[in-house]
Amino acid sequence: MSDRVATLRSRLTSWDSIIVVLTVLVLVVASFSVDNFGTSRNFTFMVLDLLPIILIALPMTMIIVTGEIDLSVASTLGLTSSMMGWLWNQGLSIESIIPLCIVIGAVCGVVNGFLITGLGLPSLAVTIGTLALYRGLAFVVLGDGAVADFPFDYTGWVTGTIGGGAVPNVLILIVALALIFGIVQHATPFGRSLYAIGANAQAAHFSGIRVARTKFWLYVVSGAVAGLVGVLWTLRYASARADNGAGLELAVVAAVLLGGVSIFGGKGSLPGVLAGVVLLTALQNALRLEDVSGQALNIVTGTLLVLSVLLPNVTTAVRGNWQRRKLRQAAATR
Amino acid sequence: MAEANARPEDQPTRRDEQPAEAGDGTAAQPAARSGDRSGARSGDRPARLEVHDVAKSFGAVAAVQGVSFPLYPGEAHALVGENGAGKSTIVKMLAGVHRPDTGTLRVDGVDVDFGGPGDAKAAGIAVIYQEPTLFPDLSVAENIAMGNQPLTKLRQLDRKAMNANAERLFRRLGVPLDPARPARGLSIADQQLVEIAKALSSEARVLIMDEPTAALSAVEVERLFSVVRSLRDEGAAIMFISHRFEEITALCERVTIMRDGKHVATELVADLSVDDMIRRMVGRDLSALFPKQDVDPGEVVLEVEGLSREGVFKDISFSVRSGEIVALAGLVGAGRSEVMQAVFGVDPYDTGTVKLHGRRLKKGSPRAAMAAGMALVPEDRRQQGLVMELSIERNVTLPRARKLARLGLLFGGSERAHAHTWTQKLQTKLGRLSDAVGTLSGGNQQKVVLAKWLATGPKLLIVDEPTRGIDVGTKAEVHRLMSSLAADGLAVVMVSSELPEVLGMADRVVVLREGRVAARLERAEATEESVMYAAMGQEVAA
Ligand SMILES: Nc1ncnc2c1ncn2[C@@H]1O[C@H](COP(=O)(O)OP(=O)(O)OP(=O)(O)O)[C@@H](O)[C@H]1O
Ligand SMILES: [Mg+2]
Repeated sequence: MSDRVATLRSRLTSWDSIIVVLTVLVLVVASFSVDNFGTSRNFTFMVLDLLPIILIALPMTMIIVTGEIDLSVASTLGLTSSMMGWLWNQGLSIESIIPLCIVIGAVCGVVNGFLITGLGLPSLAVTIGTLALYRGLAFVVLGDGAVADFPFDYTGWVTGTIGGGAVPNVLILIVALALIFGIVQHATPFGRSLYAIGANAQAAHFSGIRVARTKFWLYVVSGAVAGLVGVLWTLRYASARADNGAGLELAVVAAVLLGGVSIFGGKGSLPGVLAGVVLLTALQNALRLEDVSGQALNIVTGTLLVLSVLLPNVTTAVRGNWQRRKLRQAAATR
Repeated sequence: MAEANARPEDQPTRRDEQPAEAGDGTAAQPAARSGDRSGARSGDRPARLEVHDVAKSFGAVAAVQGVSFPLYPGEAHALVGENGAGKSTIVKMLAGVHRPDTGTLRVDGVDVDFGGPGDAKAAGIAVIYQEPTLFPDLSVAENIAMGNQPLTKLRQLDRKAMNANAERLFRRLGVPLDPARPARGLSIADQQLVEIAKALSSEARVLIMDEPTAALSAVEVERLFSVVRSLRDEGAAIMFISHRFEEITALCERVTIMRDGKHVATELVADLSVDDMIRRMVGRDLSALFPKQDVDPGEVVLEVEGLSREGVFKDISFSVRSGEIVALAGLVGAGRSEVMQAVFGVDPYDTGTVKLHGRRLKKGSPRAAMAAGMALVPEDRRQQGLVMELSIERNVTLPRARKLARLGLLFGGSERAHAHTWTQKLQTKLGRLSDAVGTLSGGNQQKVVLAKWLATGPKLLIVDEPTRGIDVGTKAEVHRLMSSLAADGLAVVMVSSELPEVLGMADRVVVLREGRVAARLERAEATEESVMYAAMGQEVAA
C-alpha cells in the first residue's frame, strides 16, 4: 500500500510528468488568453512547425539515451532537400525521388555510424564534422538556388488537413511514428538495451548486448528519419534549398533534454520528450502571436532549457533536506 | 598465509596486554556494555572516535537505528552483520558521505558534524569503501595521491614524487603494480589494493575498511594485515568489516554486531566464539560451510584447448563435465578472470579453441556463448555485473529480455514475476523490485548478479568470486544452490580467492600462476598447502 503511494509520488514528482503537466498548462492558458491560439488554422500551423522537430526527436531520444548524440541531422535534412531538387530537375518521378531521399539520409547515418562505432570516434566530434560536411555537400549539389515546381498533389497533402477539417494530414504520420518509436523504446528488448548501454556500456556488453551494432543502427535510423523530414520540409514550403532546416539540430536536442532525457545517457522517456517538443513549439507560437520578438523567443527557450537541467536537482535536494529536518525534530521530541 | 585462516587461540595475544577490566564479566552483561560504554572505558583510555546513538534512513528504509560504539586508539574493531545490516551506511557516515539523521559522532570526545568527506579526512579519518571508486583515466599513482598531490616548486604536479610514493606503498603491501599505469582495466582485487594504498598514504589516525579483503586471496590478506597491525601498534584506531570470520579473529580485538540496522552487542573478540558471533548476527544457528555433494560427472560440457592471449595468459587447457564444479585458483593477477572472460567472449584471445558440447564457439561473442547455454557472473559487479541506475527488475531480466518478450513485446508482468522468483531464491533483502539496484547493500547487489545469470538457465555457469561480499548465511545458501544445480547436470567453473570455498566446493582445482596452468588437482589432492604451493611457485618452499 505505502509502496504504491511511494511509487506514485516518485512518479508524479519525476521530471517527465512535471513537463507533461506544464505542457498541458501552457496549452490551456494560451488558448484562453492568446487571441487566435485556439483556432484550427493556428493548430495546423503549430503541427506543421512541430513536424520536423518531433520526428527527428524520436531517434534522437534513443541516441541520447545510449549516451551519444547526432548533431548532423539538420544538415542531413538539407542535403536530402538539395538532392530532391536536383533529382527533380533530372526528371525523375516524385514517387521514386521520395524513397531515394530517405535512402540518402540513411547513407548519411551509415557514415556517422561507421565513424563512431567502427572507428570508435566520439559522436560529438564526428557529427559536428558531418554537420559541416553534409551541409557543404548540399550547397555543392544545389548552390544558392531553389527548386520549387513540385507537384501540388504532394505539397498540398503536407499542408492540408483531413477532409479539409481541423486535423492536419501530417498528424497521422506523427502519431504513427511516435507510436512505433514509443513501443520500440519502452516495450521491447531492444529498447531496454538502450538504457543499459547508456548507463553502463560495459555491463551491457557483459549481458550479451551488442553495443556497437545497436548504436550503428540508431544512426542509420536517425539519418533515414532526417531524410524523410527533408522531403516533408521541401514539400511544405514547396522549395528545395541547400540551407533548409539550418540550426534545427539545436531545437531538437533542446526539446529532448527539456523532456527529461539525461545528456549523460541511461535516463528519459519518450512521452516526456513529446511533451517537451509540444511545450517549446506551443510557447513559441503563443509568444509570436503576441508579437514577441525573435530574440525574446530565444531567451525563453534558453531559460527553459537551463531550468530543465536545474529543477530536477533542486527538487531532490529540497526533498532530502525536508526529510532530514523532520527526522531530527522527531528525535528531539522523543 | 595460514594467518587468515587461523583460529582465535592461534593468535599472538595482544589481547593479553589489555587493561585488566577487559575481562571483567563483559560476556556476562552485554546489555550494560552496549548501553553505556563510555563510563566503563573512559578512565584509562578515551575513545579516538565514538559513534553515539546514530540513525540514518533512506526514504522508508531505516538503514541504521540507534547504534553506538567506540573506536579506541591502538585497537582493531570489527563490524559484523548480515547483508543490508547497515555496516556500509555507518562507514559512509564516518566518512562524511552521509550525514546522520540523528545522533552524534565524536572525535577525541568532541562532537563533530562532517559536512563532507573533506571534513572527515581533516579529522584524520581514512576510508576504504566497499566498492572501489578509482578514476579510470588517471594513473594508479595519481589515484593514490588524489586529494593531497605533491607539488613541485613551480606548483606543478610532482609526478616523480607521486610515483615514488605509490611505489613505496606497493612495496610495503607487496603489490606488483606499475604506479604509472592507468587505473582503467585493473581487476577488482587490484582496484581494492590501490584503494588500500590510498588510505594508507594519508597517515590516518582512524582507518576504516569496508570489506577490503573480499576479492583478495590469503597471501594479499596477510600482507594487508601485517601493515594494518603495524599502523595499529603505532596508535591508529582501526575499523574492519568482513564476512570472513577467520579474518576477524585474526585481526580484531573488539567486535560490534549489528542486525537489521540495530546495535546487538559490542564485545571483546576473545570472549566470543565464531558461532556466537554468527548466532547473534543472524538470530539463529547456522552451519557456515556447505560442502558440495558428490555427483557422477556426465558428458564433457566445456573444453578449453591451448587458449592464449599475448601478455595475459598462455596455453590454458581444461575441461568441465556436467555435474562438476571446477575451481580456478591462484593469486590475484594470475589471469583467472581474464581466461574466463575470454571463454565467455567478452574479451578476445589470440589462439586456441573453446568448445561447448563439442561445438566450437564463435570467438569474442558473448551473445553466441549465451545462446549456447553459457552464463558468466563477473567479478566486478559495479562495472560489469550491474547497471546501477536501472531497477533491480530490469537488471535481472537484462540477459533474458528477448526470451521473456511475447511477440517481441515486453509487458511488466512476466518480467516482474521472473525477477521476483530469482531474487527470492537468493534471499535478496530489497524494498521494491523497481528500486535502483544501486540502493542495495553490496552483498545484496551480488545476489542480484547471481540471480540475473542463474535465471538464464545455463548449462555452463562461470562464476567469478561468486560470494564476494555475501554474508555467511546466504553464502551457505549460494553453495547449496550451486551444488544442487550441479546435481541436476549443470557444469560450473568457479574462480575464487577464498580457499575454504575452493576446497569445499570444487571437484577439481586448476591452479593458475602468472597466466599459465601451474597444477591440476583432484578433490582428494587439493589441500590448502597444495593449492597455495602451486599458486605461489617457489616462494613457499623457502
Ligand atoms: N543510497 C541508498 N538509498 C536507499 N537505500 C539504501 C541506500 N544505501 C543503503 N541503503 C539501504 O540501507 C540498508 C543498509 O545498507 P548497507 O549498505 O549499510 O548494508 P551493509 O551492512 O553494508 O551490507 P553488505 O554486507 O551487503 O555490504 C540496505 O537495506 C540498503 O538497501
Ligand atoms: Mg556494505
